[in-house]
Amino acid sequence: MAAHRCSYSALLLIICSLSMFIVADSQETTLTGDNHATELDNPQTATETAGQMAEQPAVEERRLWEATEVEEATPDDADTDKQDTSTPETAVPSSVPQPKDDFQEELVIRPLHSGDIYASFQFRTLWETDFMRGNKVSHYRLFPKSLGQVISKFSVRELHISFTQGYWRTMQWGQPFLPSPPGAELWVWFQDSVTDVDGTWKELTNVLSGIFCASLNFIDSTNTVQPSASFKPLGIGNVTDHSFLRYATLPREIVCTENLTPWKKLLPCGSKAGLAVLLKSEKLFHSSFHSQAVHIRPVCQDWQCKTTSWELRQTLNVVFDLHTPGQGKREWSLFKMFSRTLTEACPLASSSKIYIDITDNPQGEQFEVSPATPLLSQAMVLGDRRTFSVYDLTQQITFGTVRSLNLLIRWKSSEGDMLRPLLHGERYVAGYGLQTGEIHTLMYNNHPYRSFPVLLLDSVPWYLRLYIHTLTVASKGKDNKPSYIHYQPSKDRVRPHLLEMLVQLPPNSVTEVTVQFERALLKWTEYTPDPNHGFYVGSSVISSLVPSIVAMDTNSTREQPLFSSFFPCKEESSYFVRVYTEPLLVNLPTPDFSMPYNVICLTCTVVAVGYGSLYNLLTRSFQIDEPSPGLAKRIANIIRKMRGVPPL
Amino acid sequence: MGLLSDPNRRRALISLLTRLNAPICVVCYMAGVAWFMGLAFEPFTLRTYMSENAMGSTMVEERFPAGERALATGREFSAHKKKVGGMPVDWLVKTMQARGLEVFTQRFSRTLPFPDENKERYLVKGTNVYGILRAPRAPRTEALVLSAPCTPGDNNNQAVGLLLGLAQYFRNQVYWAKDIIFLVNEHDLIGMQAWLEGYHHTNTTGMDWSPLQGRGGSIQAALSLELSSDVITSLDLVLEGLNGQLPNLDLANLFYAFCQKIGVLCTIQGKLQRNDWDSVSGYSHSVQTMMLMVMKQASGRPWGDHGLFLRYHIEAATIKGINSFRQYKSDTTTIGRLLEGMYRKLNNLLERLHQSYFFYLMPSLSHFVSIGYYMPAFGLLAVILLLRALDLWVQLATPPPRTEDGVADTDTLIKSAPSQMSSPGVLSVLTPLVISHLTGVEVAVEHFPVSETEAVVLTAIAIYTAGLALPHNTHRLLSGEGTEQGWKVLKLVAVLYLAVLLGCTALINFSLGFILALTLVPVAAFVTPHVPKILSAFILVILSPACTLLFSVFFFQELQEMPVSFIDGWMLFLSVISQGILDHSLYGSLVYPLIALLVYPCWLLFWNILFWK
Repeated sequence: MAAHRCSYSALLLIICSLSMFIVADSQETTLTGDNHATELDNPQTATETAGQMAEQPAVEERRLWEATEVEEATPDDADTDKQDTSTPETAVPSSVPQPKDDFQEELVIRPLHSGDIYASFQFRTLWETDFMRGNKVSHYRLFPKSLGQVISKFSVRELHISFTQGYWRTMQWGQPFLPSPPGAELWVWFQDSVTDVDGTWKELTNVLSGIFCASLNFIDSTNTVQPSASFKPLGIGNVTDHSFLRYATLPREIVCTENLTPWKKLLPCGSKAGLAVLLKSEKLFHSSFHSQAVHIRPVCQDWQCKTTSWELRQTLNVVFDLHTPGQGKREWSLFKMFSRTLTEACPLASSSKIYIDITDNPQGEQFEVSPATPLLSQAMVLGDRRTFSVYDLTQQITFGTVRSLNLLIRWKSSEGDMLRPLLHGERYVAGYGLQTGEIHTLMYNNHPYRSFPVLLLDSVPWYLRLYIHTLTVASKGKDNKPSYIHYQPSKDRVRPHLLEMLVQLPPNSVTEVTVQFERALLKWTEYTPDPNHGFYVGSSVISSLVPSIVAMDTNSTREQPLFSSFFPCKEESSYFVRVYTEPLLVNLPTPDFSMPYNVICLTCTVVAVGYGSLYNLLTRSFQIDEPSPGLAKRIANIIRKMRGVPPL
Repeated sequence: MGLLSDPNRRRALISLLTRLNAPICVVCYMAGVAWFMGLAFEPFTLRTYMSENAMGSTMVEERFPAGERALATGREFSAHKKKVGGMPVDWLVKTMQARGLEVFTQRFSRTLPFPDENKERYLVKGTNVYGILRAPRAPRTEALVLSAPCTPGDNNNQAVGLLLGLAQYFRNQVYWAKDIIFLVNEHDLIGMQAWLEGYHHTNTTGMDWSPLQGRGGSIQAALSLELSSDVITSLDLVLEGLNGQLPNLDLANLFYAFCQKIGVLCTIQGKLQRNDWDSVSGYSHSVQTMMLMVMKQASGRPWGDHGLFLRYHIEAATIKGINSFRQYKSDTTTIGRLLEGMYRKLNNLLERLHQSYFFYLMPSLSHFVSIGYYMPAFGLLAVILLLRALDLWVQLATPPPRTEDGVADTDTLIKSAPSQMSSPGVLSVLTPLVISHLTGVEVAVEHFPVSETEAVVLTAIAIYTAGLALPHNTHRLLSGEGTEQGWKVLKLVAVLYLAVLLGCTALINFSLGFILALTLVPVAAFVTPHVPKILSAFILVILSPACTLLFSVFFFQELQEMPVSFIDGWMLFLSVISQGILDHSLYGSLVYPLIALLVYPCWLLFWNILFWK
């Protein structure tokens, strides 16, 4: 019915937009062609513009997305993009506002301290549209329709989902661009118009389970929590009522190709062109760490935030182990890592770049990158000023004469020692036996002189019954009183424990949070098919604003004018970090499941034979029954009674 | 059970049991011993078989190539060990790091309660070094451990070399699903105890250790390696752990399966397997093997570094390389391949090892006796105690003058028993109980101000013997002449007490329970105040717990084919006592307190009964 009513306007819209796309496309191609031509003519200007980009710190971007990476180029890109497309828009007179979308892709490669290689893909789709108002969005170009429908149907404000196989080794690899816990993690902010949040959440997880081919349908009330402080919205909007937030992890979820394929299908170019060509599962899952994520949030379109748009970020982080494949020569190339080289950018992408982190390698003494690139870019990443070589895939010159790009890194030095990241966490179960235990969470602050507060979030399943009175927080052997504690006790078979704390970590210290627990005896149907494997407890989450390394640098006055460097710059003084500890594997008391048969036999026997006769023995009084006297005797007795003589 | 409900038949049964009590007891005792000896007879035992599916059907290939390089590393290690004069911590850290492991160290220190004369140590300080091989794409929830002790002198260098060689080889493999921890522990068991306590953050024995920095989640299985020569003739598997705990039988099966596959001779208790089970010598061979296991298990001490893992529910075993004069030798590469195979299969585990038996005895590596088979042997001994208790109960319930029919009998039984128990009994029973237990406490309390091993042991023995003189005089002072009823009540209590005590012990540590039952049950059965005093006292002393230990020492030496003279045996006996006390305070072994606090007082009760009048 509704379709019939709207059919006319829809038809009109389709015609209008179709015509417009044709015009716009032709315009764009000519424009970009011109761009290439000019840039090819004078590469000097290109480097200059890149330099300019690097100089402008992306302030507003950083405010929104604290734990991200190189983003300084985006406002400029967006601006130029707008200028590009604004011409056709004004050229075509149209009554319907044109939904404008934009796609960017990039790959950051960072040779890690340990000698491993960290590759981080990011694909960003921006779409200036509104899923929430009454009008149904039915035309999708770059934005995946399946996710758009999810957003509008379930009134999602923000959605973050990650699938991770492996544990990020902070001690060797430093901080990741986007942290994620082992297994699956899902957290969603709903619009405040949602009335039945739990019901919507349940439906949403089931739908997402289908979209990503994952066991997200195992998310239910027993592993869902509502963190009060740890997970704030990352997009615009100032809703902070955490009753609209749901957070759940599935630490046991195993990530494999079946999860990668649907994830790749969400990309505009699929895995046909652009950086996504590299995403071959046989190589991606031959690594030390694999994490893929989808983040959806509303962001500002411009710095005045007049218009908002939806941002879909698909990220994929992989760490390749160099030690494993080749032993002698340590060299690495795109082809070796992904068994593909790059030949083109995704035609739909407005920007397509590869960044290589060369901060630790200014003079090329650690490793050597080829082909060399003149483009350099600087960015503040996780409180550190990093330098990157940039390869712009939208320019033909990048691919050189062989028409394919195969980056190559040759290592010169050997493996390094362990890092001392400013903040990292650790967790383990202490004690032995199957009755009680103790969860220890260690938080390391390795900053030499600054203390900083961290938010610790712990979600523990109900079958570990936490004794919250045994909670202790101690650093340097002294009691460390948390300034904020939010504790929600569990209910058996209904909801998990939730413990959130704001703890101040003293400089150069280890803070230990311990809490004792008792292992519950489950009902026999509640055991998993492999109960002796143990039961998982999800990672605890440590979120913090960490003083940045740049601010820590006491010699910062050397390179800067004196007037600029007395007070530490606000943007650089601290940065947001989220650290996930390892999940726990806890053994619960497990019955021998071949036992029920024996038990039934035994108990039946014991009850029938043993208990019955014992009960008899204890309660009965035994008397010997006189056999009833014969008739003659009875008559004789009557006679004797009459005679007054005692009976026989 | 109409049998018991019918008073006539019950009476008949009881009278049968009381009349034939002594012969039945003797028969039971003989049957128990015979059953036990039968366990070692091969047709009566089961062949071992792999129960765990994850380890059974999957085939793995062993490709470890670098035995020679491992030996070279071992030599390098020994050179550094000599240079440093202990554990070469820095070298180990560097070497492990070069092999791509995450390396951590742990310092520990421990002051022994008194000097350990066997190992000549008193103040123990040391460092454990361990490296973790992180499995790719694994979330640090599960781990396996391979450990090699760093012993002083020239021992065990090859084990450390092989450990490092395996670490290097394992690092380059892609199939690991569990983290693998390579541990080199100093001061053998003390270092291992420190590491395990640190890993699980418990402190059961009052040791000082620095907290661990790196962990790999819950440990699923562990192997400890002892290897002191470049080539070996056979590998010996050691299973007995703390308090007689044993690892899951599947671990032994795994070892045996790989020895068969790779073609390495394997032994248990240092005894090769023989095929001639039907000959007398073949049978006695398997009896010896089983008895060695029983003796070791009964001692309750860890017989290798693996023994301490078992407390934490980690299946563990020690593998010892033995180099004897046989012709056939295996090189280090072969042992490396064997370990590689075992670790690959353990890596395949989906659950903890739990499918197979935890309670078993092994007369040979290919055969085992499960708990269902060996428990009847103990049951036959324990039933003697119950029969004696029944006999005493009936005697107490039916005083001699009253000869009435069954009705009156049961009535009096119900009515009179408690009153008789209480009227003269309470004091005369409680007093010896309390006194004997106080003596036990006195033995158990460690008189540590004396810091000489000899002194500690001799003090314990002195208190033990003094206990013999003490309690049988006291009750007369309190309650005058001991009555006939009195000793019967006391004996009833003592017999039941012993039955419960032995039953519980046998459930936890069968070997200990059985050996104690073997000596204490006859004592409990025959002792009355009416038997000839001198002879009985002699027998009682011979069968007391301390003498049982002395005989066990000789017997153990005999089994190991290293007979000792009486003087040496006596010295060994003293050192065993001191080791027992040390094991208790260092690792939490329970045998010494069990003997001192419960078994010895219980035996004192019977001593008391003998000297009742």
